[in-house]
Parts: sequence; C-alpha cells; structure tokens
Amino acid sequence: MSDKNLDKMGHINELSPWQDITVGGFVIGEGNSKFFNTGDWRTKAPIWNQENCKQCLLCFPWCPDSSIPIENSKRLEFDMEHCKGCGICAKVCPFSAISMVAAGEEK
Amino acid sequence: MIEIRWHGRGGQGAKTAALMLADVAFSEGFYVQAFPEYGPERMGAPITAFTRINEKEIRVHTNIYAPDMVVIVDETLIGAVDMTKGLKEDGKIVVNTKRPPADVAEAFKDYKGEVYAVDAADISIRYLGKNLPNMPLLSVVTKLVGVITEDAFLNEMTENLKGKFSKKPEVIEGNLNAIKEAWNSAIRVNE
Amino acid sequence: MSKRANMSGNEAISNAIRQINPDVVGAFPITPSTEIPQYISKFVADDLIDTEFVAVESEHSAMSVCLGASASGVRAMTATSSCGMALMYELLYVAASDRLPIVLAAVNRALTGPININVDHSDTMGAKDSGWIQIYSENAQEAYDNMLMAHRIAEHPEVMLPTMICQDGFVTSHAIGNILLEDDDKVKAFVGTYDPEKHILNPEESVGVGPYSIGAYYMEMKIAQFRAMENARKVISDVSSDFEKVFGRKYGMFEEYEMADAELAIVIMSSAAGTAKDAIDNLRARGVKAGLIKLRVFRPFPAAELAEALKGVKALAIMDRSDGFTGNGGPLGSEVKGALYGRTDGIKTINIVFGLGGRDVTVEGYEEVYENLEKLKSTPAEEIPYCIHLGQREEK
Repeated sequence: MSDKNLDKMGHINELSPWQDITVGGFVIGEGNSKFFNTGDWRTKAPIWNQENCKQCLLCFPWCPDSSIPIENSKRLEFDMEHCKGCGICAKVCPFSAISMVAAGEEK
Repeated sequence: MIEIRWHGRGGQGAKTAALMLADVAFSEGFYVQAFPEYGPERMGAPITAFTRINEKEIRVHTNIYAPDMVVIVDETLIGAVDMTKGLKEDGKIVVNTKRPPADVAEAFKDYKGEVYAVDAADISIRYLGKNLPNMPLLSVVTKLVGVITEDAFLNEMTENLKGKFSKKPEVIEGNLNAIKEAWNSAIRVNE
Repeated sequence: MSKRANMSGNEAISNAIRQINPDVVGAFPITPSTEIPQYISKFVADDLIDTEFVAVESEHSAMSVCLGASASGVRAMTATSSCGMALMYELLYVAASDRLPIVLAAVNRALTGPININVDHSDTMGAKDSGWIQIYSENAQEAYDNMLMAHRIAEHPEVMLPTMICQDGFVTSHAIGNILLEDDDKVKAFVGTYDPEKHILNPEESVGVGPYSIGAYYMEMKIAQFRAMENARKVISDVSSDFEKVFGRKYGMFEEYEMADAELAIVIMSSAAGTAKDAIDNLRARGVKAGLIKLRVFRPFPAAELAEALKGVKALAIMDRSDGFTGNGGPLGSEVKGALYGRTDGIKTINIVFGLGGRDVTVEGYEEVYENLEKLKSTPAEEIPYCIHLGQREEK
C-alpha cells in the first residue's frame, strides 16, 4: 500500500493500472459517485424551458440522480454528466417547463 | 518409550486416567503424549485411550499398536475386545476385577508377561461412595510404570486434584485416600 | 522464561489467542475445533482478555463477523474445521479479496461425505485457492508458534492477507503433550499492535469496503492479490527469523529432515511428518539414505526452494492427506510435481494419498513407503502410476 495510490481515490478509473487500485479495493472518501458518469446512459434528454419555470423546485427532489443542481434556492441547468434521461422531472413539473427530446437533440 | 493402552467404557474415566498418568510423568520431567481414540462418544461404549512416556521428544502420532502395558478398566470388556492385541510379550496387564487371582490368571493364561489384578471398584466405593475406578487404577499403573516415587506421586495428585476439583473440595480427600490405598493393592496373579 | 507445559493442541492455540488478545472473535463450534471458542469464551468470562466474543449461528456468520470487524480496523479471529470451513467458503474469498488480515485457527478434519470427524486435509485443501495464506503445524508447539507469527504475517502492509494456521484434528488438537509456552509480555511485544491506516470506523474519513468490481477492475484486483501472496514469501521468512531470534525455535517454508544426502525422500505435512521422522531414524540405522521434507507453508507455495531441496533425490513420494479426485493426483502431489517441472528433472516421483478420515499410518507403514521408493528408483518412469493410495483394505 502506498499513500500515492490512496490519495488518488476518486480518480481511479478504467484506465488505472493495478498498482493504483487501493488495497482490497477500499473506496476512500465520500461523494465519489460524482466520478461515475451516467450521462451516457441516456436515450432521451430533458430540456429546461426557463420561461415556463416558476422555480417551484418540485423537479429537484424527484430527480433520482441528483442531476438538478440548486443554488441560492433556485435550480440551475441540468447536470448532463449524470442525468440518465428518465423523464421523471418532465412528468412531475406542474408548469410544462421540462420537455423530453431524443438524446443528442438537447444540444 | 513406555506405551500404555487403556480399555474402558465411556464414562468410566479411562481417558481421564490416561491423561493424568501423562500429567504425573510430565511433572517428573518426562516427555508425554496422551489421547483417547475418538469416535462415537457414548456412555457405556467400549473406548480406548493411550499414554506415551519418553525421555526424549515424542514425534510419533499414531495410536498405540504394540503397548508395554494394557489397563483394563472394565473387565466385562474381556472377550469383547482383544486386550492382548499387539501387547509386548514382556509387558504387563492390569485388570480392575473382583474375581479371585486364579480366575484372572486363567483368563490370561496364554499371556507370558505379568498380569496384575486390583479391585479398584471396591477401593472407590469405600472412599468415594461410588464406583469410579479410574483413580485407584491410575495409582496402580503409576507404581508399575515406575516413573515417580510414592511421595512425589501423592504430592502431584494432591495438586492435580485441587486444581481439578476446586469447586468440589469434598471429593479431594476421598480420592487421595483411594489413591494411597491403591498404590500397594495390586496382586500379581501369575508367575 | 519459556514455561514448560503439558497441554493439547487446542489448548496451546487458545493460549496463543489469549496472549494475542484479539479484538473480536466470531466463532461457531464444530468438532474438533470446538474447544478453541470454548477456551476463548472462558478467557472472556474470567476477564483474561477483553475480546468481543460473538457467538454466531453458523460459520458463514462467523466469517461475516470477522469481515466486518476486520474492516473496522481491529484484529478478528475465528476457528473452525471441516464442514464449518465449507460453510465459510464464500466469505473466505471475500476476506482475501478485501485484503482483511483475519486469522483462522483451522483444526483439520475430513470434509463430509461420508461424514467423519477425524483428521485429513480435505477441508483446508478445499480452500487452497481462496487466497488465504496457509501454514501447517506438526504438533501443538508448532501450532502455538505459528499462531504467534500469524498476525505479523497477515497484517504486514505488503501482504494484508487472511491467514489460517492448521493443525491435525484430534491427533494434535486433542492429544496432550509437552510444549514450551512463552511469557505473555514477550508474546505481546513480538506480536505487536494492529492499527491500520484505512478502516470503516474512522469519523474523519469515509471508507467503503467490498465494492462491486466490474470487468474493468476485477483482474487488477486479482493481480494485487497475486502480488500480495508473492510478497508474503519474504514476510513469512522475515517474521520466522525474527521469531527464532526472540524465542529460539527455527522455522522455514519447510523443514528438511535428514535431507543432506537423502536419495529416497517424501514430502509430507502436519502430524504425519513426526511419525515419518521416527521411520527415517530406523531406516538410517539400517543404512538407508532416507529423508523427508515437511511442508510448513502451503500458501504461498515455496516451489523454487522445494525443487532446490529435492535436487539430489533419486525417488520421491509426495504424501497427500486428501484426495481431490482431480484425475491428476492430490493437491500436494500436483503442486510438488509442478514445482519440479523445468527445475529438477529425473526424480522418480509418485503421489501417495494416505490417512483419509483419520486412517493411521504407522512408523512401519512409512518404512514400507521408503522400501517401495527403493524399487521406484529402477522403475521406468512410464510405469510409475501418477497416484496410489496407502492404508486401505484391498481384495487379495
């Protein structure tokens, strides 16, 4: 075990050589799911229509992937690195401020 | 090396006696090994136990097939179990029995070595109030093995029993008296 | 000062555990290792150790307790035999891949079936590929000594692998015999303390143990285990020499007995080696150049050293106390033949499976093995069966 490897936790990835894997595969430190990009799982993508949005924030607790960032009590643009395109946010939005399109067309 | 094979029935203390004989020899500086033959552990079933005593390290790890001495804790096993199997010709047999010496001699008339009889049950009943023949037999066997003096043996047994019966001190004296009497009680039944 | 004592292998191992004072023991009783958790719970009741003894409902749970405890950064131990080890089987692999240095006192007993309570090595040999370090003991003294070394080997930062210390069921576990016990203080100083940097109960740092390793990680994890097992060779050797310095008893990866000029040799493990040594003394007195190698460390397997030690031998019997039904001989047979391949050629070699389910092989029995080795010397290699059995009844 070398400290060098342990400090890299969170940055171990599918290209890391075996020497960089922690002893026993221990996952060190919390919040490392953000290093796992689930955005490429999408077949559909949400589009945020800010004109309709009342900032009720109902979409935020429904999102299973914490992909709707909140800052100063207001939601921001989707975190497309982690959004899986499930469409729950579009379904629960009372103001039709979120619509779903085929993945790739959101850009 | 002295090798002793004990024959008894589950619950009679043959294993305990085999182990205590090893304890006694150990206290005199010998290398020892003692163990029962493990199998179905049932009250009344024939069991065998073994004691080895040696002046150097004991490396052999098998049952004893050519003993120097056979101890018969329960004489009803005679006939059911081949007591003299592998027993050395110049060895010894010790039988716990109430039968007259001539009967015992007759039972082992084909054996050339020394045969001893002791009524360990009687000694046990007189001193302990019940038939626990293993301590008197241990005493007889220890004397025949000759690894310890009577005084040293009694001292060792006093310590041993104190440890073993720390919660039942009332049985210590009876056991010690039984052991004392047994030391000189074995009768050689053949010449 | 070493103390001369008279006790069984189980009592000796239990005394080692008392001196080590592990933080957690999770154990379930099974013959012939039952006495070990009995002793430990008595030590706890008598306040001789401050171990958390967890009486579980199965060996699967016993090893699970050890996994959790070890992941939380403390010393965890257990004891088992036979089917108990089989029930732990899944978790043995988890302990090794999670690199948790759990120490297990194994008391070898034939694996069912047919059901049997006596010694052979089929239980721990079943776990030979689980990633555990395996060390085998000839007698109570070795079981005790190996246990004193176990934690230092397992917990070494370059190793971090679970370790099992094996002794033969009943033959050494229940037979009382002479042993030297070391002072508690001296043992504690030798064993040292365990304070791993990473564990799950650190409030300052989150640690997750046992993550799902998808294909992209699994092989890297396994190579790390492979490397750790390689590292264990030097660590076992270092700890053993340190043990010799402190306590005076010498241990290697294996013991060589009368091997200097041996032409006929056997490789054997555990208590049977003692009996075979007596046979060698008898044979040497008759001028037979007999020797033996008693393998102590089965995992990691000391292949190169073994080949070197056997290079002067003309005929060799590899004695397996479990069968394996591989179609290619017992586990020790396969390992030793593999070790010789490409290193030492021309030894007439036979694999002998013996002693299953507690079947005794006597001193005379081993003498016969050497007598047959004498014949093997002049037998053409292609006529030597890859494996034979010893001590069974045969139709005449």
